[in-house]
Amino acid sequence: MATIYFSAALTDFTGGIESLTVDVPRVRELMQAVTERFPDLADPIEIMAIAVDGEVYQEPDYLKLGENSEIHFVPRIAGG
Amino acid sequence: MSTIHVRTTVNGEPTEFLCEPAETLLDALRNRLGLTGTKEGCGTGDCGSCSVLLEGRLVPSCLVLAAEAIDREVLTVEGVAVGDALHPVQQAFLEQAALQCGICTPGLVVAAKSLLDRNTNPTEQEVRFWLAGNLCRCTGYDKIVRAVMDAAEVMRNETSEVRA
Amino acid sequence: MSAERTFEYIGTRPIRHDGLDKVTGRANYGADFTLPGMLHGHVLRSPHAHARIVSIDTSAAEATPGVKAVITGKDIPKTNAKLSLGEAAMELGPMGDNALAHDKALYEGHAVAAVAATSPEIAREAAEKIVVVYEVLKPVMTVDQALAPGATILHDDLVTKGKPLADAPKHTNVALRMELKRGDLEAGFAAADLIVERTFTTPMVHQGYIEPHACVARYGEDGQVLVWTTTQGHFIVRDASAGILGIDAAKVKVVPSEIGGGFGGKIPVYLEPLAIVLSRKAHRPVKMVMSRDDVFRASGPTSGTKVRMKIGAKKDGTLVAASASLYYEAGAYPGSPAGAGAMCVIAPYTIPNFMIEAYDIVVNRPKVAAYRAPGSPAAMFATESVIDEIAQKLGMDPIDLRLKNAAQEGDSAPYGPKYGPIGLKQVLEATKAHPHWKAPLGPNQGRGVACGFWFNAGLNSTATVSLSADGSATVVTGNPDIGGTRVAQAMMVSEELGIPVERVRPTVADTDSIGYNDLTGGSRVCYATGMAVIKAAQDARDQLCARAAKIWDVDPSCVAWERGRAIPLNGASDKEPLTVSALAAKMTATGGPIVGRGAVSAPMAGPGFATNICDIEVDKETGVSRVVRYTAIQDVGKAVHPSYVEGQMQGGAVQGIGWALNEEYIYDEAGHLENAGFLDYRMPVASDLPMIDTVLIEVANPLHPYGVRGVGEVPIVPPLAAVANAMAGATGVRFTDLPLSPPRVLKALSGA
Ligand code: FES
Ligand code: FES
Repeated sequence: MATIYFSAALTDFTGGIESLTVDVPRVRELMQAVTERFPDLADPIEIMAIAVDGEVYQEPDYLKLGENSEIHFVPRIAGG
Repeated sequence: MSTIHVRTTVNGEPTEFLCEPAETLLDALRNRLGLTGTKEGCGTGDCGSCSVLLEGRLVPSCLVLAAEAIDREVLTVEGVAVGDALHPVQQAFLEQAALQCGICTPGLVVAAKSLLDRNTNPTEQEVRFWLAGNLCRCTGYDKIVRAVMDAAEVMRNETSEVRA
Repeated sequence: MSAERTFEYIGTRPIRHDGLDKVTGRANYGADFTLPGMLHGHVLRSPHAHARIVSIDTSAAEATPGVKAVITGKDIPKTNAKLSLGEAAMELGPMGDNALAHDKALYEGHAVAAVAATSPEIAREAAEKIVVVYEVLKPVMTVDQALAPGATILHDDLVTKGKPLADAPKHTNVALRMELKRGDLEAGFAAADLIVERTFTTPMVHQGYIEPHACVARYGEDGQVLVWTTTQGHFIVRDASAGILGIDAAKVKVVPSEIGGGFGGKIPVYLEPLAIVLSRKAHRPVKMVMSRDDVFRASGPTSGTKVRMKIGAKKDGTLVAASASLYYEAGAYPGSPAGAGAMCVIAPYTIPNFMIEAYDIVVNRPKVAAYRAPGSPAAMFATESVIDEIAQKLGMDPIDLRLKNAAQEGDSAPYGPKYGPIGLKQVLEATKAHPHWKAPLGPNQGRGVACGFWFNAGLNSTATVSLSADGSATVVTGNPDIGGTRVAQAMMVSEELGIPVERVRPTVADTDSIGYNDLTGGSRVCYATGMAVIKAAQDARDQLCARAAKIWDVDPSCVAWERGRAIPLNGASDKEPLTVSALAAKMTATGGPIVGRGAVSAPMAGPGFATNICDIEVDKETGVSRVVRYTAIQDVGKAVHPSYVEGQMQGGAVQGIGWALNEEYIYDEAGHLENAGFLDYRMPVASDLPMIDTVLIEVANPLHPYGVRGVGEVPIVPPLAAVANAMAGATGVRFTDLPLSPPRVLKALSGA
């Protein structure tokens, strides 16, 4: 079971729902579940990075999720 | 425009080239003589990356006309090491990690050499003021100042060894 | 991650391999390259900050003897393509339009045409003959002007992305509004005993790299393109140039020169697409070099900002609520680091209730580029100034106040995820324990302290490690070496293979000669490319073990690697250990060349924290101030080459000091930059500064095999507030607008 937390910027697209728990093996399936449930979210999260249990990835599609994984969408960061 | 025939000495070698009247020594060194160790950071005398010695005097070569080198001696960064022996300033820059990107380094090496030619026992303040015309954006100058102080010490020891 | 691993090479200070070339003037930088038959390019730039381009007549320029090609915006295709490689997604349309304007000049210095000729002088003179008819528009120079009702709009088609306010106008200069919030803001402030609210501004400043942008491009009749350039990411130059011009990336080879500083400013392309198109038209190689004036006016500085910051605290120093509004100038096209600023602004502290909004706002200034920890310094300047004031008003030690609220492992960052092991508390403890913190101050002196926070990018890196028959090795990566990364990579190979650093040759390869590498930036090279290098070295090591097994005629499981040698395990114990040299000498007989490969897509690592202590002395007659003592403390994870880590901390501190005390873009009302040179844009020089003391704290980063954390960017974050807090101590005046230049200080003192 993984829980996705939606930031204030994203709850507009989830009808105010702040978190969602889904039973999926990998980030790829998680993204499918999220965008099926909230189609409007597809656009904004496409340009975001994904934090899985505190580690931020650019494209973690095939990353396996743990028992109680926590997922956040975070803005991508440019560095100097 | 008529070109000027410049006969000069660069890094100890008699050298000749033709240049435009308005051409800077920096451009002549880089483009006519292929001495690209001297860098251009501003072209207005404000950054010191083009520092060379003209008759032993530290000058920004972007503000000197190539024609001013006629019958004079120019020393660029390429002439600071003697054979395969680095100048103590160059060695100290390597040991102290006094360069990051290294674009300021040629100018600083020349400027520091010219200080140590005059004074092998400078204070930290004297080093800082002497190098105030050379911008370095990477290092915050800390390791550069340390390197120059170290090189001064090496040079003092060398001279005392010679005396002894 | 073996925390107790003892290192043989990591943590030592060998001389860098590229050092000799750099102290003798032999190293080749961007402008040092020439080709036979090469032409020189010159860019004609807009004299107006905002103008529609009505027409461009290039005929007189084209007719000038010696001119071989002239181009305008028409020669650069308009594109909607994006580059998702690299850091964040790069919009290639605006990047191309920024390189050469299509319809509108959006800032003074915006390129509108370019000429290639047989000499730089002819190119310049011909460019001046180009007749551009402009319809001059009113410029929008500040965020306040950009947001004002009825403001001139820069881009007709701009819509606010993210979370625009409900009543926001449709026609706007706001490219993005983002929001981060948690808890109940009103209740939080209601519970506070003390609330401090102030608005801060920081000026637009430039990275100030000493080497101007420069490149040479050669377009072959077969469509093959070669580019030599000074860049932080030659793979980005390849993909961006190819994308902008609509050519196949595989047709473009980019060779990086040595790079004379970047700090984020040498990530975008400016000259390269123009040089390629000029070369295509002229059938000759074209060299382009920016003047310092061009660099200031038309490369990417970082945003000027306005930040409103409000923090509420309990009497005991517990921070209970924060609200912040960040307004960042994007320059001519969207893309300021406002979002990053929002993520950083309260990141060091656990504040249960907060609401942060950030605006990315277009104005008629050059399009901003990254600058070391982009977005964080201005945001943290606000936070750390307000925290300092809270400490002062509560009568608390400012470090104790920070320690009381400092985030640690397991706390949720304001942008969502939980922190892993981070070193903020350790850094604060070390700051408090440092003799500098307790040292007495002289007359007219003040002391300030401030924290900084920044991320650590991961991204893609490739490395190969090859052995020579004599047992020496080469390590090849694709990251330009801005500050000693070659030697760090060689040290990693030494550590894995047990061969001396001098016997490892590190090389930065061009885009054809190594797999893809993201840029040198985001504090990522030692961390992420380092991971690729370690992987490649371990791959080579495993091959060496297999060769030993072959020589001994045993199963590979009977071989282990220990300090530079293959050693026999059970079942082979009668064998003598084999060194790298012995094994390399037998390469041909045991299966051929040994080449280790490493490729990684590294996650972003746990962020870095730093604090600075600054002592400043103020001459109250003149307003002139001087930093008299400075100490930088930082969690560096694991310092590979401590000298270069210290160098990052010292250099970042001094850039921050410059930002705090002197540096600023000064525009007149018409949008003309008044100080586009080093004389009037005053960067710190050696005589302005004391030594910069450093303290390296090592809290291992669990994602890296040695615990390495990115160190390059966070050093520039604390100085802005550290200097301003020191100034408050010295003068009793709290300054909210940078820079703290003598006239501003004097004015405040005479008003006080
Ligand atoms: S290039 Fe001569 S001083 Fe800057
Ligand atoms: S080392 Fe980069 S400018 Fe000095």
